Amino acid sequence: MEEVKEKLTRADFQIDGPVKWCAGCGGYPILAAVQKALPETGVTKENVVFVSGIGCSSRFPYYMKTYGFHTMHGRATAIASGLKAARPDLNVWITTGDGDSMAIGGNHFIHMIRRNIDVNVLIFNNKIYGLTKGQYSPTTPFGAVTKTSPYGTIERPFEPGELVMGAQGTFFARVADKEPKGMEEVFIDAAKHKGTSIIEVLQNCVIFNDATHECIVGKDVRDDRIILLEHGKKMIFGKERNKGLVFDGSNIKVVTIGENGITEDDILVHDMTTQNPNMHYILARMSYPELPVAVGVIRSVKQPTYDEMLEQQIIDAEANSKVKNVKDLLNSGKVFDIK
Amino acid sequence: MGNNQKKVLELEEVVVKFAGDSGDGMQLTGTQFSDASASFGNDLLTFPDYPSEIRAPQGTIAGVSGFQVHIGRKEIQTPGDLADVLVALNPAALKANMKWVKPGATIIVDIDNFDNKHYKKAGYIEDPLNDGSLKGFTLIKAPITSLSRSTVNALELGIDHKTADKTRNQFVMGLLFWLFNRDMTIGEEFIDKKFEKKPDLAKANKAVLHAGYNYAETIEAIATQFQVNPAKDKKGRFRQITGNVATAWGLIAGAEKAGLKLFLGSYPITPATEILQELSNKKHLGVKTFQAEDEIAGICTAIGASFGGYLGATSTSGPGLSLKTEAMGLAIITELPLVIVDVQRGGPSTGIPTKTEQSDLMQAIHGRHGESPLPVIAASSPGNCFDYAYMACKIAVEHMTPIILLTDGYLANGTELWSIPDYDKIQPIKPPLVKDNDPDYKPYKRDKEKLNRSWALPGQPGLQHRIGGLEKSDISGEVSHDPYNHQVMTNYRADKIKRIENYIPEQKIIGNQNGGELLVIGWGGTYGALNSAVKELREEGYDISLAQFNYIFPLPKNTKEVFGKFKKHLVCELNTGQFAEYLRSQHQEFQYKQFNKVQGLPFFISELKEKFLQVLKEK
Repeated sequence: MEEVKEKLTRADFQIDGPVKWCAGCGGYPILAAVQKALPETGVTKENVVFVSGIGCSSRFPYYMKTYGFHTMHGRATAIASGLKAARPDLNVWITTGDGDSMAIGGNHFIHMIRRNIDVNVLIFNNKIYGLTKGQYSPTTPFGAVTKTSPYGTIERPFEPGELVMGAQGTFFARVADKEPKGMEEVFIDAAKHKGTSIIEVLQNCVIFNDATHECIVGKDVRDDRIILLEHGKKMIFGKERNKGLVFDGSNIKVVTIGENGITEDDILVHDMTTQNPNMHYILARMSYPELPVAVGVIRSVKQPTYDEMLEQQIIDAEANSKVKNVKDLLNSGKVFDIK
Repeated sequence: MGNNQKKVLELEEVVVKFAGDSGDGMQLTGTQFSDASASFGNDLLTFPDYPSEIRAPQGTIAGVSGFQVHIGRKEIQTPGDLADVLVALNPAALKANMKWVKPGATIIVDIDNFDNKHYKKAGYIEDPLNDGSLKGFTLIKAPITSLSRSTVNALELGIDHKTADKTRNQFVMGLLFWLFNRDMTIGEEFIDKKFEKKPDLAKANKAVLHAGYNYAETIEAIATQFQVNPAKDKKGRFRQITGNVATAWGLIAGAEKAGLKLFLGSYPITPATEILQELSNKKHLGVKTFQAEDEIAGICTAIGASFGGYLGATSTSGPGLSLKTEAMGLAIITELPLVIVDVQRGGPSTGIPTKTEQSDLMQAIHGRHGESPLPVIAASSPGNCFDYAYMACKIAVEHMTPIILLTDGYLANGTELWSIPDYDKIQPIKPPLVKDNDPDYKPYKRDKEKLNRSWALPGQPGLQHRIGGLEKSDISGEVSHDPYNHQVMTNYRADKIKRIENYIPEQKIIGNQNGGELLVIGWGGTYGALNSAVKELREEGYDISLAQFNYIFPLPKNTKEVFGKFKKHLVCELNTGQFAEYLRSQHQEFQYKQFNKVQGLPFFISELKEKFLQVLKEK
C-alpha cells in the first residue's frame, strides 16, 4: 500500500542539538534558507545527502538532519562526484568555501563542473580563511591586508563565475546571505537544475572579514549596486528603477533610462538558457564600483549529466552483452580445455 | 616431406625470447606462440619487455621490444632467467639480448637486416655474425624479410611492400612451429581471428606462416627439433591472464559475491593502467569506472561511492599511492570499505616506471598521518592476483576498512596459464548492512567479534547519520573532542585490524613442515623465482624451505611458530630490506639475514640458488 506522504517542512531538516557557528555568522541564514527550500524541491528526507570539505562552511552537514559526509579539505567535490556517479538517485549537496573549493580543491571543482555531475554546490564566499583565523583566500581582493599578507596581497582574485563559465558550467547563480527570500528561490532553482549547480553566496565572516560585502549588499546601497537578474526580464536596477544595462559590442555599460534618448527598449533582456556563455561570463564578472554586481540565476542551460550518461551506458552494455556475471566472464573468450 | 635425419630433443622446459623493433609485432608473435603452447597442454608464463618510449628510433637499442615465453612440461613459475631460443629481427635486438641468452642457445636472425647500416645503428663496430662472438651458439641466418615479401608477392593480392614486410613475424612463427613441432591449425586460427575483417591479409599471413615452417623443414642449418610435452598435472579449463586483468576480475567477483556493485576511481599510471582499462570495459557487468582528474580524486570518488553503498576501489602505483594517503586517513576514521591496489614499480619519484620493484611495502604499512592502521596483503602470481583482489574485497567489506593490495609490474604484465576457479566454491562475502528504520542503529556501534561498525546507506529511511574526518564518539558517532574517547576510538581502530588475523589463513611452509636448517622468507611477486630456486635445491638434497607471505599486515597468527622451526632465516625481496625490517619489529627474536636486489629486474633462479647455498654453508 502506498503511503501518503505529508509535505516536509523546515523542521524535518533541523537537528536537535546546537549549531556552533559564531554569533552573527552568515552561515545561519544560509542554513535556514536551505532548510526552507528543501521541502519545496520534492525530495524525501532519506535521499538528501550533504557533503562538505574543511572550513566553517563545511560543518554544515552536521547541522542537517539528513545523511551527511564531512570529508577533507578541498575534496568534497571529488567525494560527492563519486557518490553521485554511483547513486544518481540521491539528491546531493555540497557546502564549501572560497578556499575549500577554489584553492586546495580547485582541480576537483573545475572537473566536476566540466563533467556536469548533478549536484548542488553552495560556495560560502567570505573572501577569507575563517577556520584558520584570517589568512587571505583565492577570492580576497588584490592588495588586502590579512594575517599572511601584512603588506597587502599580490595575488589577483578568482571570480567564481569565471571559473564556472571557463569549465563549461551549466548553472551559476549568486545570492547574498542577507537576502533570505532570494536564497530560497535560487536554492530551489539549483535543486531543480539537472547538472552541476554552482551558487556563490556572498557570505559575511563576522570575525575575520566583517562587512566585506557591505559595500554591495548594505541596506542603503544595495539597490544601486546590485542587479537582480531574472530570466526573460529587462536588466533594470536602481532605487528609482531607472538604471539599465546595455551592450556596446564589446562591453556592458550602465545607462539611465530617459537620458540621452535611452528608453526601456534599449535595455538588455536576461536569457539564462542560451548555451553561448559569453553574456553570462560578462554578467558574472561585473563588479563594484564600475558595474552593479549581478545576483539571481545568471546561467541555467540544459546539457546531459555525467551520472545519467554513465547509467545509460551501463544499461545499454548490460542489454547487449551475453556475459551476464562473473561465471560467464571467467569462461568467456579464449579458454583452453586440457585433458 | 619430413626430414627424418633431424633429431628431436625432448625438454622439460624452454624459454623463447622474441625481440625486434617496437613496431615489429613481437608481443603478438609471442602471444601466438604461447597460445599454441597452451593448446598443446604446456604450462607457461610470459613476460613482455618493452621500452618506455612508445616508438624509439627504429633499429636502435632503445627501440628494442621483446617478449619472453617460458613453456614446460613441468610447472612453470617464472618467465625464465635466460633464453634457450632467441629470435632477433635486427642487430639491435641481438645486441640488447645477448646477455639474456643461455650458452649454446639457438639464435635466429633475420639476415636481411644484418648489414652495415643496421650494425651502425645498433652500435656494433664489427659484424657480430662473423666476429666470433656467437661461437658456441646455434645460429640460424634466415632471410626472413625477403622470403616473407616474395611469398606475399606471389599471391598477387596487390599488397604493398610495407604491408608485406609486416607479415615477417608469421615467418618467424612458422619457423618456431616447426622447431617446436606445433599444430599449424592453431597458428592459422590465430591469424583468422586477428584479420577477421581483412581476408586478404589473413591469406597473406597464413602463406607466410607456412613459408616459415617449410623453410625450417627444408634447410640443413636446423639440425634439432625441440619437443616439450604437455604438462603432467595441468588438467581442466585454463585461460591466459595477466596480473592486472586478474586483479580487475577479482574486484568484480568480490563485488558480485557481496551483492554490491563495483566502482573504480582511478587515474592512469604505469604499470596499473590496465586495471582501469579492463574495468572500463566491464560496464555490462554493472561496473562503474571514473577516470579522475588526479590520483586524489581517484580515491575520493571511490570513497564517495563506498559511502553510497558501492564497493569502492582505486588502482595506482607508488607515486599515486603517496597522493592518496590523506584520503586513506578519511576512509580509516569513517570506517568505510575501500580497496586500494598498488602495482609497485621502481621508485622513488618516476624512477624506472616500466620495471618492477617491491619498494612500496613500508609506505603501504605505515605511510599515513596519525594512528592509522589498515590491512595490507600481496598477490604472488599473475593468476592469484584474482584471489587476493577477491580477498581484499572480502576483508574491506566484512571488516569495514580500507585495505591495500600490493602487486607489482612483474605480476601485472606477466601472463600465466591460469586454472579457472570454480566460482560457486569461492567463499561468500557478507556486508554488514542495516535494515531500514532499525531503531537500534548507531553509526559507531560495533560487531563484538570483528569490531567493525555497520553500513547504513543514504536512501535508507530512518538511518540518517553524519560521518566525517572529525573524531566521533564511540557508538553514537557525534563529533567528539573528548581526550578519553579519542583513546578508545584509536584502540578500536587498531584492534579491529589486528583481529583480521583471526579470519585469514595460517602461513604455509613449502618444504619441511617440521622445520630445519634454512627458511627462505619472501612476500608477494617473488614467489615464482623463490619457489623454483628452493625446489631445485630441495631436489638436490638440501635442507631448505620457503615461507612466502601474502598476508602482510596483520601477519598470519602462526608466523612466530613457523619461524621458530628453522635455524636460519633469509628474507629475500626486491628492495633494500623493508620486509626484513618489518619482521624485526614484529618478531624480534629471530636473526633475519637479507638478500636484496633493486635493479628493476626480478630475481633470477641462478642468483638465488647461489645465495641459498652460501647461507646454508655459513656456520
